Amino acid sequence: MIKFKEKLIHGIFFFNGLLVVIVLLGIFALLVFTSIPAFKEISLREFLFNSNWNPTSYVKSSYGIVAMLVSTFMVTLGALLIAVPLGIGTAAYLSDVASTRVREIAKPTVEILAGIPSVVIGFLGIVLVGPFIAKVFNLHNGLNALNGSILLAVMALPTIISLSEDALKSVPKSYEEASLALGATHWQTLVRVKLPAALSGIIAACMLGMGRAIGETMTVLMATGCAPAMPESFLGAVRTMTSSIAIELGEVPYNTTHYYALFGIGLVLFIITFLVNMSADIILHRYQKVAK
Amino acid sequence: MKQKQFTQILGFNFLRMCMFIVIAALVVILYDITSKGIGKINWEFLTAMPRKGMTEGGIFPAIVGTVMVTVITAILSIPLGMGCAIYLNEYARDNKITRIIRMSIRNLSGVPSIVYGLFGVVIFVQLMHLGTSILSAGFTLGLMTLPWTITASEEALKNVPNSYREGALALGATKWQSIKTNVLPYSISGMLTGTILGLARAAGETAPILFTGAAFYLPFLPKSLSSQFMALPYHLYIMATQHHAIAKVRPIAYGTALVLITVVFLMNLFAVILRYNLRKHKME
Repeated sequence: MIKFKEKLIHGIFFFNGLLVVIVLLGIFALLVFTSIPAFKEISLREFLFNSNWNPTSYVKSSYGIVAMLVSTFMVTLGALLIAVPLGIGTAAYLSDVASTRVREIAKPTVEILAGIPSVVIGFLGIVLVGPFIAKVFNLHNGLNALNGSILLAVMALPTIISLSEDALKSVPKSYEEASLALGATHWQTLVRVKLPAALSGIIAACMLGMGRAIGETMTVLMATGCAPAMPESFLGAVRTMTSSIAIELGEVPYNTTHYYALFGIGLVLFIITFLVNMSADIILHRYQKVAK
Repeated sequence: MKQKQFTQILGFNFLRMCMFIVIAALVVILYDITSKGIGKINWEFLTAMPRKGMTEGGIFPAIVGTVMVTVITAILSIPLGMGCAIYLNEYARDNKITRIIRMSIRNLSGVPSIVYGLFGVVIFVQLMHLGTSILSAGFTLGLMTLPWTITASEEALKNVPNSYREGALALGATKWQSIKTNVLPYSISGMLTGTILGLARAAGETAPILFTGAAFYLPFLPKSLSSQFMALPYHLYIMATQHHAIAKVRPIAYGTALVLITVVFLMNLFAVILRYNLRKHKME
């Protein structure tokens, strides 16, 4: 009896463990099956290679996602250009230079930054960053790709900082000691020994930050101006994949081609973030093995 | 020799500058929201219904809505998350299935929040006929928080020394008895700490609830778990971008933002205090 009960409990927990696999596969399957009906009317070629997204046109609806894809990558690239140097710099400062007291202040700062809801960051993009950009570049308004990049950089920073710091901390102490013993300064040790040794961990950290930026919705929805056309420059309005879903899903009737096409965008988004996260995962694991 | 020292000073100052920029970003964010939002905060703002097309009155229904959704999120996320963590830490062997489960958890935490929203629309709103409601939104957020709950709970379970488990097993207890009496009591507050941090993040999320239940304007409280609701983050989004008199309602938007970050911080603080008490308890 007891044995049976034990087996049952084990079974329940095992099923509970499997649940996460089911949810992940479920999300993927659902995106695939819900977007399939869209491709009865839209050719895959149009969807992936046309830059004109205009589902509600009176003449002929078009469903090309190239403009959104480019917008997403542009905003993400801008965010990384800001967040990667700042994040790695901060991580290096915290792991190698900062005194214990500074670290005690800076650590919670990064945690609090990570905890600020994305909609609040987006709001600040409208009331703070937008007017600032408008003033500096003498624009009509500051809701553009640059604004989105700055905000996404703020959102990606905590991930990049804490994971890069972990990577720098797990470099064996003997590397540092050997370098110092050879007469290198702390700076030389950091740049020529520790950073290269922690490189794969740092790359993984940046990729996870990138995954977060690609998938972020509210900040880009609020701060990038959302013009559904091919982006012209960082100072022009753009509309990413995430904000297109957010804007249009609330307006379309369920189970129309337009509705299914939005799930198609969701599928593309899922695949991209999945690939980015998987690569980060693989890099991180290889580096953990090497460190051991 | 001198040049080497000079480069080092220059380099360290560059790193210091990086850190100051990060800290400055946070200070600017908090200062702007607090200084412009604090004037709006009073008893009426927190406890009154919105009036006159949300240009006056308070945000009470949004606060209640956020609390209710977070409770539903917790009801889904806590048992399932802890169960999965118990399986991984106590039962699972290091085999292929376990590795697949772990990989799934890491990938789930990287799935964009709007994709969870799409999932919620099809599964909860349509397939399970829950409609756009507190339940649909809460379940959607519950799934989203699952990977965070699991990771935090497993961390707490790992901190229980193996001798506790072995002690119980040596006395003839079964596996589940040893978990129940010698592992869970010592890890439950640690698990809750991590879970609350996850819930705080869920409470501030907007994208997953956009299509699963959040309402533009409801000047009354939700009647049941299957009604639509107002939520703080969604209300802020509306006030900042969708309202017909955006300039006029800007103070309300600031006030809402301040209340939202305060709610999130209080939940974080609660978790930190819980963790602190736990550590003190252990020391004794």
